[in-house]
Amino acid sequence: MAVMNLRRMKRLQSGKIVTVSANGEMGRRIRDMGLVPGTRITIQGRAPLYDPVALRLMGFTLTLRNSEADYIEVEVESPS
Amino acid sequence: MNATVALAGNPNSGKTTLFNSLTGAHQHVGNYPGVTVEKKAGICRLNGFRFNIVDLPGTYSLTAYSLEEVVARNFLVSEKPAAVINILDASNLERNLYLTLQFMEMGLPICIALNMMDVAKHRGIRIDVAALSKALNVPIIPIIARNGQGKQELLEAVGRIVQQPIEPTPKVISYGDDIDGAVVEMARQIQDQAFLTDCYQARWTALKYLEKDEEILKQGRCCNPALSEALEQRAGLVSEHLRKTLNTYPEAMIADQRYGYIQSILRQGIIRFRDDRQRQFISDHIDRIVVNRFFGPLIMLAVLFGLYQFTFSYSEIPVGLLERFFGWLGALADVYVPAGPLKSLVVAGVINGVGGVLGFVPLIMFMFFGIALLEDSGYLARVAFMLDRVFRIFGLHGSSVMAFIVSGGIAGGCAVPGVMATRTLKSRRERLATLLTVPFMNCGAKLPVFALLVGAFFHRQQALMMFVITLVAWLGALLVAKLLRITVVRGPATPFVMELPPYRVPTLKGLAIHTWERTWQYAKKAGTVILGVSILLWAMMSFPTLPASQQQNFQARRQALLQSVPRNAAGMPGSPAETVRRELARLDNQQAETALRYSVAGRLGIALERVSRWAGFDWRTNIALIGGFAAKEVIVSTLGTAYALGRLSPEDQGQPLSQALAQSPAWSPLAALSVILFVMFYAPCFVSVICIVRESGHWKWGAFSMAFNTVLAFALATVVFQGGRLLGF
Repeated sequence: MAVMNLRRMKRLQSGKIVTVSANGEMGRRIRDMGLVPGTRITIQGRAPLYDPVALRLMGFTLTLRNSEADYIEVEVESPS
Repeated sequence: MNATVALAGNPNSGKTTLFNSLTGAHQHVGNYPGVTVEKKAGICRLNGFRFNIVDLPGTYSLTAYSLEEVVARNFLVSEKPAAVINILDASNLERNLYLTLQFMEMGLPICIALNMMDVAKHRGIRIDVAALSKALNVPIIPIIARNGQGKQELLEAVGRIVQQPIEPTPKVISYGDDIDGAVVEMARQIQDQAFLTDCYQARWTALKYLEKDEEILKQGRCCNPALSEALEQRAGLVSEHLRKTLNTYPEAMIADQRYGYIQSILRQGIIRFRDDRQRQFISDHIDRIVVNRFFGPLIMLAVLFGLYQFTFSYSEIPVGLLERFFGWLGALADVYVPAGPLKSLVVAGVINGVGGVLGFVPLIMFMFFGIALLEDSGYLARVAFMLDRVFRIFGLHGSSVMAFIVSGGIAGGCAVPGVMATRTLKSRRERLATLLTVPFMNCGAKLPVFALLVGAFFHRQQALMMFVITLVAWLGALLVAKLLRITVVRGPATPFVMELPPYRVPTLKGLAIHTWERTWQYAKKAGTVILGVSILLWAMMSFPTLPASQQQNFQARRQALLQSVPRNAAGMPGSPAETVRRELARLDNQQAETALRYSVAGRLGIALERVSRWAGFDWRTNIALIGGFAAKEVIVSTLGTAYALGRLSPEDQGQPLSQALAQSPAWSPLAALSVILFVMFYAPCFVSVICIVRESGHWKWGAFSMAFNTVLAFALATVVFQGGRLLGF
């Protein structure tokens, strides 16, 4: 069990969100989409240029830029 | 009984499908007052009810950060709909309920339409609808919007809400002791002083003060500055306390608790998953190829090229038909309207002007159909996902690519549908920067100008030149976008928090409605503003007419020519009659040139020569460029008139004109290069300008694009011309 930044997670790696430190508009948008502490996410893949990242949560797929992923810390389930 | 019913829900929840299913073809599209957010409304009848259904913009939340959310919220509080249909995607319930909760906190009379029950079932999700309805204390009707299942029951439920209005009782959710305490205290103050209470529930206003909601703060400061100040201070205290003790913000806390509340409800056995929720679905398997690092870009190139082909090749036939129709109309007017200024107005001003604009209609229809197909199927979101990294460098968004391609990113598009294609961009600043830069692309109307000049001066490197011209257009557009984003449309990048919706087969009805309403909006515009502008441009190029003495002079020369022909001479080539006919045509062209020179546009062209000399343009080029503002096609034909070569159609690329330019002392390869650059970057044609005004929601952006682009183009052309001269070209 390790906590790591969302940006550093690999494809198909899963984990639970621990903290979301963004505020203002970006913070609000991230949280409104369900990226709140406790939510389980899986990295779905990355765009051809490694950015943005696509992730799966609550049964839908969401994309984030790496610069936004930086604000999210995840407790990773299994190292892969 | 009449009642207004709002339809609200997340994007991709099937809202539009349900709206189309409820209202059928009886809908009308407009804008919400003062903003460019589309407002759709339609009528739906059931058992003596007449529901006026208003389709609110699809949103995930109700913050003040996005225009759509503010618009939706304002509609709900100011119009006070008798009922709100909140459509939820059953396969994605948690996130969809987040918006529902916010409606309930506002105390709105909602009725939930639980959509895509079939998809949910297929994904192994079981929802206990009765238990959910009881837990939320809201009527819930399971529906399948695609085939209209459950529609009847939904309308009956709405009817019951409309008939028996109950006193709104806002939902109370606990946000932890710190926030709850403050909310109760603030709500009491708000209630006591009746602060904004005619619009909002007291508790809701208090929460918005804690969330630092700009819109509500603004309204509050206006309405009661003293109380607003006190509330802001109280909110500041909570914020400070939360930051010290929990290192969080009220806004974050509130969002977290809302999701927590949803979790706690759903956990009571209301929703059950047969297998792992993170399971990969068909969409995910498709995505492994479609957004694959290697195949993704290839597929995208193929799709974009396909869209382009589809729009511009298949629309050729209807465009041609329309052109022929207007040609026929022109010929008809030619015969039946008496000669004189009126005829010129009808033929050159009205029929050519409006015909030229309506000629775009099939093009726009095809383009919107193609885009609707990509959008409704879910592919457009993937394109944005793949290209975002590139476009972000220039302050744009991944979705910007569509507009650039359609405008002529592959040479030969059109900026009019391109500007309209920016509607798929949801972030305001990125959208504005995109719609201001797409006119730099090489549209189909600029191509004949380039072909003419390249043919006349660079005929050895034709293909290479055209390729370079395309590259320069892209480079220019992206760099200008960057420039705009650090100056006039300055601001941080809008977060790219975007849903990748599952792939879906679009419904034909949805596509047809989508395409039709956008096309109609464009066609309506052509009848009003565009008619006025085309008449103005026509007048500039026709008035003042040549003084009577000069006209008589031409007439006399014509008579003299005619007199010189022996009667009943055969029309053989080389015969005197043939020579005279050619001489007559030359005389006509000479008169046309003299008349053009005498007109307002001609005088303007001559006056501008003092400045335009810096970039190597003579007065004839100036007139052509002024005419190019009407439509870029006009440049070639006006050059033809100005060089006394008669009217040239843009298609025949002006062979004689090309020679005339190559031999003219006013031109050189360097001057041609300078004109090419200028044509690429100067003011968009007025149809594009009107679209820019419409899509940006403000005339100032239309004025800006005309002035800024022309100055930029002139500066570039001057630098190239003067630089080239210094280097000895």
